[in-house]
Amino acid sequence: MSRAKSAVGFWGWSWCLLLLTLTSPWPAPARAEALAADLTSHLIAITTGFTGTSVVLFGAIDGPGDVAVVVRGPDREMTVRRKSKVTGIWMNSEEITFANVPSFYFVAASRPLEEIISPGATTLYHLGVASLEMKAESGAPPELVESFATALIAAQQRAKLFPNVEGKVHFIGERLFRTTIEFPSNVPTGTYLVAVFLVRDKDVVSGQTTPLVVSKVGIDADVFGFAVRQPGLYGIIAVLTAVVAGWLASLPFRSA
Amino acid sequence: MDIYLPIAEVSVDVFVLLGLGGVVGFLSGVFGVGGGFLLTPLLIFIGVPPTVAVASSANQLVGASVSGVLAQWRRGNVDFKMGYVLLVGGLAGSFLGVWIFTLLKQLGQIELTISLSYVLLLGTLGALMMVESIRTQLRLHRPGAARRKLHQHNWMHGLPLKARFRRSKLYISALLPIGLGFVIGVFSAILGIGGGFILVPAMIYMLGMPTAVVPGTSLLQIIFVAANVTLLQAYTNRTVDAVLALVLLAGGVIGARIGSQFGTRLRGDQLRLLLALMVLAVAAKLAFDLTVRPPDLYSIASEKE
Repeated sequence: MSRAKSAVGFWGWSWCLLLLTLTSPWPAPARAEALAADLTSHLIAITTGFTGTSVVLFGAIDGPGDVAVVVRGPDREMTVRRKSKVTGIWMNSEEITFANVPSFYFVAASRPLEEIISPGATTLYHLGVASLEMKAESGAPPELVESFATALIAAQQRAKLFPNVEGKVHFIGERLFRTTIEFPSNVPTGTYLVAVFLVRDKDVVSGQTTPLVVSKVGIDADVFGFAVRQPGLYGIIAVLTAVVAGWLASLPFRSA
Repeated sequence: MDIYLPIAEVSVDVFVLLGLGGVVGFLSGVFGVGGGFLLTPLLIFIGVPPTVAVASSANQLVGASVSGVLAQWRRGNVDFKMGYVLLVGGLAGSFLGVWIFTLLKQLGQIELTISLSYVLLLGTLGALMMVESIRTQLRLHRPGAARRKLHQHNWMHGLPLKARFRRSKLYISALLPIGLGFVIGVFSAILGIGGGFILVPAMIYMLGMPTAVVPGTSLLQIIFVAANVTLLQAYTNRTVDAVLALVLLAGGVIGARIGSQFGTRLRGDQLRLLLALMVLAVAAKLAFDLTVRPPDLYSIASEKE
């Protein structure tokens, strides 16, 4: 189990945070001072022994209310294909490409979402898998979009990248809260956004966005970077390494 | 113990990978086939993305084949002349193969084409080999039966450019192995395999090579085909996971050692019967997958935005 480490200084993150708050996809909160939250770590370092990790989000609110948390990985474009039987053979017959599919998604709340927040706000703040706005490509047959989107969500859930159930935000007393975010070993790399919302009277009254970076470090990052920057040389080295490994492996045969 | 694969971007149990490499290495040691037909689907099954699975299998195949060829060479079981002639045809064929692959991709249904070609190719090959092996087995159990001719003479022996292949004890037209190599090259590029599966039976039945020199000579050709695929995949798709390939290789060399020792204890006809059974089993599995309702009708492909 590898521990996530914070490698970037406080001031660096503050700037990031400010920028992200300004350009955040969520509407600007009404009163930012009503809520304060942070993560135990802002960097998930993927090393050779990485088997997934967890990050704790903790914070405080200024009075009674509920807290909802959303974690969203970088958006991807995903293509869903469906097989059907054509002349006795199963083949891919229909496909729909969805834009804005989060590569990772997590949601948690102090009480079940439908009890604490109005459906309008749920949609606005993308709270819950059902309120993700995954845009199907134009020209996709409307009668197919829903079943294809359901299949996409199910696939992400199987990969543990989407939650099967809402997570739980725990209150310690009336003001302090915490929740644990689990990241599987296949967690996509990139900059994640962690949004925390203070909910009162079925609406979001305050919010805060914090970045979280998922990145390869050490030898894995080096191998990956080399493969991307010098693909030709990487290929040649990969082949030569295999040749040398094969030759070394055959050496004991001589004595046999 | 889990290991994170930098290109595949997943963690997998290192012992599962070693085991997989071992099984595939065993097959390559016994039959001289690369085992890519088995390795790639298994890697996909344990969660490696298909593109990475195909490319990294090719990378490990390079190492496995080198070690296999060296082992066979020490026993004098490699016909280098035959290998080079096959390779000339193979490289030419892979250019045509890549062109066909691009064309099929534009038309869509590349996966279906791949599966159907496998079923037809392996089904036909497997059935022919099976019939031949059973006949040989029956003949062995009938004492006093006439000794089989070394090979039948037919139109193939009337072709020009005759060359002597001393190791293979053959005097045949060089056009035959060049043509065979060409066909293998085409299929390798389309199916993404080393081609050992097609090459081994073809060397035995079409060219009439002695079974003993077939694995070594086939592996010699596979080294170059697999190296070519690795380079192309690394350069164009960046899907070669060298860490994955090396772990597979570590398991593979152990498997290959056991396999090649096992292989030398078997008689040629037993080896051919086993190979026929394996080819038929793979063809049957693929045919089954194509015609039976898949458990999940949907498949997902992700693109980075």
